[in-house]
Amino acid sequence: MIEALQFDFMQHALLAGILVSFAAGIIGSLIVVNRMVFLAGGIAHTSYGGIGLAVFFGLPIFLGASLFAVGASLLIAALTLKKRHRMDTFIGLIWAVGMAIGVIFVDLTPGYNVDLMSYLFGSILAVSTQDLYFMAGLLVVILAVVTLKYRDILAVSYDSEYAGLRGVNVPFYYTLILVLSALTVVIAIKVVGLILVIAMLTIPVYIAEKLSNSLFTMMFLSGAIATLFTLVGLWFSYTYDLTSGASIIMVSAISLGVFLLISQKK
Amino acid sequence: MPVIEIKNLSFVYEREPVLENIDLTVEEKDFLAIIGPNGGGKSTLLKLILGINPLKKGSITVLGKAPKESLTKIGYVPQNTNVNTDFPIKVIEVVMMGHVDGKRPLFGYGKDEVLCAMGALKQVGMADFAQTKIGSLSGGQRQRVMIARALCAHPQILILDEPTSSIDMTGQRDIYELLKTLNAHMTIIVVSHDISVILEYANKATHVNKTLSYHDISDKKSTFHTHGNDGHFCEIELLQMLGAENCHTCEEAQPQWRLKP
Repeated sequence: MIEALQFDFMQHALLAGILVSFAAGIIGSLIVVNRMVFLAGGIAHTSYGGIGLAVFFGLPIFLGASLFAVGASLLIAALTLKKRHRMDTFIGLIWAVGMAIGVIFVDLTPGYNVDLMSYLFGSILAVSTQDLYFMAGLLVVILAVVTLKYRDILAVSYDSEYAGLRGVNVPFYYTLILVLSALTVVIAIKVVGLILVIAMLTIPVYIAEKLSNSLFTMMFLSGAIATLFTLVGLWFSYTYDLTSGASIIMVSAISLGVFLLISQKK
Repeated sequence: MPVIEIKNLSFVYEREPVLENIDLTVEEKDFLAIIGPNGGGKSTLLKLILGINPLKKGSITVLGKAPKESLTKIGYVPQNTNVNTDFPIKVIEVVMMGHVDGKRPLFGYGKDEVLCAMGALKQVGMADFAQTKIGSLSGGQRQRVMIARALCAHPQILILDEPTSSIDMTGQRDIYELLKTLNAHMTIIVVSHDISVILEYANKATHVNKTLSYHDISDKKSTFHTHGNDGHFCEIELLQMLGAENCHTCEEAQPQWRLKP
């Protein structure tokens, strides 16, 4: 694999893997502690609508997917803040409609045969320089938000009712976490694809949660674990010519199994 | 000036009346017990006092102001502190959430905030656990941490919603002994099912089941028998006394009250 590093696409893949893993580790931690896994799944699938629209109008895929995913996350935030008890229904609905919009717009695009598989399962070996800028920019934003607003995010995540009583703007932070999740999902689609994105946002986080005694440690440990899984998965993918996203997820899942076995024996 | 004054308060939730014509006055250094059946409106009443539920009919003043404006003077210990126990958070971090919005450092926590939180933990006897993960504490210990969090803002009123519902008998006594000590400096309001234990510590009791009936029990304690080696009151006697005071709601609610073995 060392000789492969001379290729641009491989360097890009490694960089993208690290950037996306850290973003996914940090945001995945927030998604898990806030019990938003299903919401994140909804946003991931909905963002396919944005991919379809971007293809149809000839816009950059990242831009289309980001705008659409952020829109979906705002809609989900507004709906779930108002009617919490029906939120699973709404998310299921938005999930399906988003994907349907994507498929229809791809159908309508003349003479363009989009590779659906690459969005469903990721295409980490096709990361462009612009993609890397976008990923790095998002990671910087995420890092800034979680360090500067750590206390409020912690308070809202741990006990939102109490945070509200202490003057924290709970709906704002709830929406912020969802919007950051949407953007993270979009960049993670490039690496593992929208079907597998949930595994990337949850498996490293689950392991990190058991090993951490603060949210801060959990976020960065998740990022480190996700990076490890991504790099090992990428190596398998390259060596045995397997789909990269699926390899990364399998490495994660097997590691989780081993981790659970070891921690149970203790 | 009364600490809390509620006049002619009614609250309707989805067209269902939850509270009707509530009048209640809480004086400084009172230890008020709010008892009543599940779904009788106890928590709703608390949430109105805290300004979480919107006030629709009647009036509430807390320390002479609207509830929302006095929030910083109220310490609140919510029900069910056993949720979210997997959350990776240290005891000290939970306590520091109790700080009221004020000057804050750009990163992390201020030195004064840490000191204040440690002081609150010392008050509840949990200072040794400051760096422990909250999930590894027992129910009683966690409840103490939540009380410390409420004390962090130096409240004049401490409100607790079912503080001992998931704690064993000794743990319950410890919590109430702690509240008794705190009562020397602040007003305490406790919502509880465990009427026999709480009435031992409270000087006033109200029974809430849509309507409210009020009892000053500070002079009646000597009339109760105690039984068992933990010395709590005979519940039957208590109910009879409350019933004798022209309290029809108590009698209606009686079968729903949990009797101790």
